[in-house]
Amino acid sequence: MLVLDRVGKIYPNGVHALEDVSLSVAHGEIVAVVGGSGCGKSTMLRAIAGLDTPSRGRVALDGMTITAPHEKIGIIFQEPRLLPWLTVAGNVAFGIEHLPRPERDERVATALARVGLADKADAWPRELSGGQAQRVAIARALVPGPEVLLLDEPFSALDAFTRADLQDHLLALWADSRPTLILVTHDVDEAIALADRILVMRPRPGRIFEEIAAGLPRPRDRRSDEFDAIRRRVLDALDRSLDRASATAIRERLAEATYSI
Amino acid sequence: MAVVESSVAGETAEPRQERPGSQLDRLKGPALGLFLPVIAALGWELAVRLGWSTGRLVPPPSVIWETFVQLAHGGALQHHAIATLTRVAVGFGAGVVTGTIVGALTGYSSFLSRLLDPTLQALRAIPSIAWVPLFILWLGIFEASKVTLIAVGVFFPVYLGVMGAVASVDRKIVEVGRVFRLSGAQMVRRILLPAVLPSYVIALRSGLGLGWMFVVAAEFMGASKGLGYLLIDGQQLGKPAQIVTAIVAFAILGKITDWLIVAATRPFLRWEDRFARHGAN
Repeated sequence: MLVLDRVGKIYPNGVHALEDVSLSVAHGEIVAVVGGSGCGKSTMLRAIAGLDTPSRGRVALDGMTITAPHEKIGIIFQEPRLLPWLTVAGNVAFGIEHLPRPERDERVATALARVGLADKADAWPRELSGGQAQRVAIARALVPGPEVLLLDEPFSALDAFTRADLQDHLLALWADSRPTLILVTHDVDEAIALADRILVMRPRPGRIFEEIAAGLPRPRDRRSDEFDAIRRRVLDALDRSLDRASATAIRERLAEATYSI
Repeated sequence: MAVVESSVAGETAEPRQERPGSQLDRLKGPALGLFLPVIAALGWELAVRLGWSTGRLVPPPSVIWETFVQLAHGGALQHHAIATLTRVAVGFGAGVVTGTIVGALTGYSSFLSRLLDPTLQALRAIPSIAWVPLFILWLGIFEASKVTLIAVGVFFPVYLGVMGAVASVDRKIVEVGRVFRLSGAQMVRRILLPAVLPSYVIALRSGLGLGWMFVVAAEFMGASKGLGYLLIDGQQLGKPAQIVTAIVAFAILGKITDWLIVAATRPFLRWEDRFARHGAN
């Protein structure tokens, strides 16, 4: 169980990125996080990954507080971030260098076959397309067998076809070992297609605005009425999450105007 | 080695009829580059043979070759070349070690960069030859002052290259290292070193170039051996062929040592090499 307990983050430059975020994610659950820019989605993910320390509250995995990157927590970034001086196989093996050679090779081969890039094992990252590079990044994150996999807008730089393809791929990989997935995304359809639960966040400071259950039976048909109903709920919540902020501002300005008269 | 391997692989992968074309391409580059110097050399040789010029001040290739063989045969050329090579090697080594350490520190820490870099940049602005009188006063006329001058010349390009390379390592790649919980030493070995290596090789090569430049300056300040001594000796005794011979020896040694750096680091830079050749095509 992954638990965020009243997590807040204020950056040294004074930006209040996250406030009072509490969340429990069961093992094997897929949670999507959507929200406008500046709502602290990435900050939250970085706190879970142990890359940034929260200013307040704590992140805990199975009761253990996370303060630094943890072997059971993997992360996939928006960019593949492959190491250009390692081959594809070398990149996938990057996180399991401590394992004995035969086991390492076997795991890498399995992972590459699983993402459909077995024939690219000896290629250099520069020779890959964007989608292929991101698949290598997925393989690299999965190969150590994480219990929690964090994804920070992992498919946002890809074209629509590649994106849909990789979403299916991700689900298939998830089904192998069922890690907990936390997916930050801008793409509402992506959230509904993948997640059991969708968190809508609101900005300044970032906090959870609404939680929407989205656990449609798989495989999910994006053209079904149920899918559409959830899509409308999420879009509606997103609208409100952003509108309420501006609505408050307008009300305050009106109030000021009244006083000044 | 890497080139041989990859070109062999390339040939087997390509359709057969493209082979003559790619071989021609491979020859054309160096052959074209040789065209001008060979024509010039042959022309000058011919001009001297035909009596259009005495060739006393500008000796024709045949005379230079004779001098070269004669000096090499007596072992004098080797004696001087080894003296020069030793100075370059020691000075280059010292300059590279200090330049690498100081460059890595200032590239890594912005505090050290603000502390040291202004002073070093000011020192860099001094033409290094200007140090010669001081070095002679401090270190005497023999090897120490020569090697120090070379080391100073090598230090700056290596320092600048390493500092720039370390400071510009991609933060996002470093974060990948953090995610996989690399220790400090592992981070250096598995992320920082490979990331800075391409710039480091360039820094080493420009440092070596300056090393060869400064060894001549160093040997001009009074040496009893070395290729620079051959130059001065040739000038004072009016032997232009000996001067040109020494110059040719400099060119050969400079090229070989530069090639050694390239060859030694090429296996580690294959990923970049592949990219460069893609770009060229």
